[in-house]
Amino acid sequence: MSENKFKISSSPHIRSKVTSSNIMLMVTIALLPASAFGVWNFGLPALGMLITTTLAAVLTEYIYEKLMHKKITVNDFSAVVTGLLLGLNMPPTAPYWMGALGSVFGILVVKQLFGGLGQNFMNPALGARCFLLISFTGQMTTFIYDGVSGPTPLAMLKDGQAVDSMSMLMGRIPGTIGETSVIAIIIGAIFLILMGVIDLRIPGTYIVTFAVFVGIFGQFTKAQAGLFDPQYITSHLCGGGLMLGAWFMATDYVTSPITKKGQYVYGALLGILTGLFRLFGGSAEGVSYAIIISNLLVPLIERVTLPKPFGKGGEK
Amino acid sequence: MALLTFKGGIHPDDGKSLAKDKAIVELKPKGDLVYLVSQHIGAPASPIVEVGERVLKGQKIAEAGGFVSVPVYASVSGTVKAIEPHMNPTGATVNSIVVENDGEYEEAEYAPVKPLDEMSKEEILNAIGNAGVVGMGGAGFPTRVKLSPKEPDKIDYIIANCAECEPYITADYRRMMETPEKLVGGMKVVLKLFDNAKGIFGVEDNKPDCIAKLRDLTKDEPRMEVLALKTKYPQGGERQLIYATTGRAINSAMLPADAGCVVDNVETMINIYRAVVEGKPSIERAVTVSGDAVNSPGNFLAPFGMNQAEIVEAAGGFKTEPEKIISGGPMMGFAMYTLDVPVTKTSSSILCLTKDEVAANEPTACINCGRCVDACPSRLIPSRLADYAEHHDEAAFTAHEGLECMECGSCSFVCPAKRQLKQAIGSMRKIALANRKKK
Repeated sequence: MSENKFKISSSPHIRSKVTSSNIMLMVTIALLPASAFGVWNFGLPALGMLITTTLAAVLTEYIYEKLMHKKITVNDFSAVVTGLLLGLNMPPTAPYWMGALGSVFGILVVKQLFGGLGQNFMNPALGARCFLLISFTGQMTTFIYDGVSGPTPLAMLKDGQAVDSMSMLMGRIPGTIGETSVIAIIIGAIFLILMGVIDLRIPGTYIVTFAVFVGIFGQFTKAQAGLFDPQYITSHLCGGGLMLGAWFMATDYVTSPITKKGQYVYGALLGILTGLFRLFGGSAEGVSYAIIISNLLVPLIERVTLPKPFGKGGEK
Repeated sequence: MALLTFKGGIHPDDGKSLAKDKAIVELKPKGDLVYLVSQHIGAPASPIVEVGERVLKGQKIAEAGGFVSVPVYASVSGTVKAIEPHMNPTGATVNSIVVENDGEYEEAEYAPVKPLDEMSKEEILNAIGNAGVVGMGGAGFPTRVKLSPKEPDKIDYIIANCAECEPYITADYRRMMETPEKLVGGMKVVLKLFDNAKGIFGVEDNKPDCIAKLRDLTKDEPRMEVLALKTKYPQGGERQLIYATTGRAINSAMLPADAGCVVDNVETMINIYRAVVEGKPSIERAVTVSGDAVNSPGNFLAPFGMNQAEIVEAAGGFKTEPEKIISGGPMMGFAMYTLDVPVTKTSSSILCLTKDEVAANEPTACINCGRCVDACPSRLIPSRLADYAEHHDEAAFTAHEGLECMECGSCSFVCPAKRQLKQAIGSMRKIALANRKKK
């Protein structure tokens, strides 16, 4: 029994069963309720858009890695998540080529050119969405619902008009494919929390900070909401991309702080920026820009929130 | 009361059911015994026997090589066959005394022992040192030295490490079930050395039977207490155990004594008892043989120097060919490429696994998920430390407290990208510590 035949490696010799690809797969699964609702709400063009952006994202990653002679990583599902998220952020009436272009931009420019998975400093899906928003502002901000082109509830809210927060909660409103149904998004988020993929630190701080911000500053807008007007706050929470952004994009591991304290700071920053953009900015929406600006501040946030080690005054 | 514990850590499958209920079987080796002169931290022992000489079981065959050193005793009777280098379980080559076993187990005469109450502190310490007792949880630090801190009056707690948080290993568990009185006896001896100290047995709550047994045995001991700890790895890590039982926190630059604590594991306590109360040297230990590749996993009382292949034979040999063999637990043990190494004072377990999970998991890119941060009991950022290590950036590594890592491996265990975080951090720590010594 003395032949040298056993494998050698550094300890530990056991590994947990959680892998990056099954985390990404769980995120994909968690996006399915919102996707399904979007298709039901907006019809088949929405399905076509989701398929287009997802396929384009995966293909871009595959072709880039093939051409660059890199390891093909499309089976880690991260490109699927990026593509699907971008699709959910598209207006249902936008042309498919626009969605495909967004996916190529997100995967190629935002993700791969910066080194691929784990190296991008900005959420690829949001980077792509903002690229499209700037390039094709008209098509990206036109929302046709039930054959009628009209303002989103968020835009009405900004304009000081009354909105129906019950239908906003359900999602029977105009908007991007995946952002309208708070209930569908929350179902996915609860799944991710139960599976241990995300926790409440970032989305919780984000939503609470944002609610407090609009609760206080709503009175200085056209809406002239009262201090902490529950109807006004609820409409803001259910409107636009807040829920999708808070639960699925602000929680992106790669572009959020790794330190626990930093995650609270990041969440609070998101809440304040989103509130500023929505109440006092030029557009009714502010989630995408709030997240990508906060993405850029992550290294700074981490630097000032480094934990102290155990036994050196750190958390016990 | 909430269970005592620490923050961070992991919950691996414990695999303990394989060997948990198997009583300790005493082994009689057949082949030659190889006594490494260095099974401890400190100066190697110097052989005091010659080739051809007959030795008895319990006879001293190598003398301590200094203060931080311990003597080595024969665990069988027989003839010294050679004094030559031999490989130890970590793969290093160490000078060894090889004894051909005559199968008679003729035992040496031991000096008579005084009752504990009549012994002075100095006599107790000498008995422990002379018996060759070292920390048998894995570090192998000479126990006599550990029990001689600068200010013994400032020691408030003697903590028996009964956590046994490494998966698979059940040797301490069996010791607590079968001879708890020796463990308590060992504690009594140590408490004699420290007048102001309280004795604590810290046991993970996955061993309620041990907790009950120890509580029953210590119910009339005002200076002893049994504390139930949350079952979590690395609950038996020295810093985590001290924090869980006393609320005191120490860092890498401190010794437990700096926080008024002394920690010894179960096997060490039992060897202290044997040394002081029975007057017998340290010559054997409980070893768990487990893993899915072994026919009948179990616990064995193995003499030091016994070939580990023989011990696996005693456990029925392999039912399937193992891919990996680990000396110690799966979290902090060493992978061995051969079983042709002797049992040493720190060999708590031989773990034979059909599948090597490390080789089966190709490392991929870090996704910054922070699972390593949540798991790190030292409150570090393992993924970043591993990056610094991989870029040979010693300054950043030290600035981000890389030296505080105790290499428990929790980060590598939880990493979904399957990065070899602990390996990278561990290598850089060695370099940084060596450079610090040079200064």
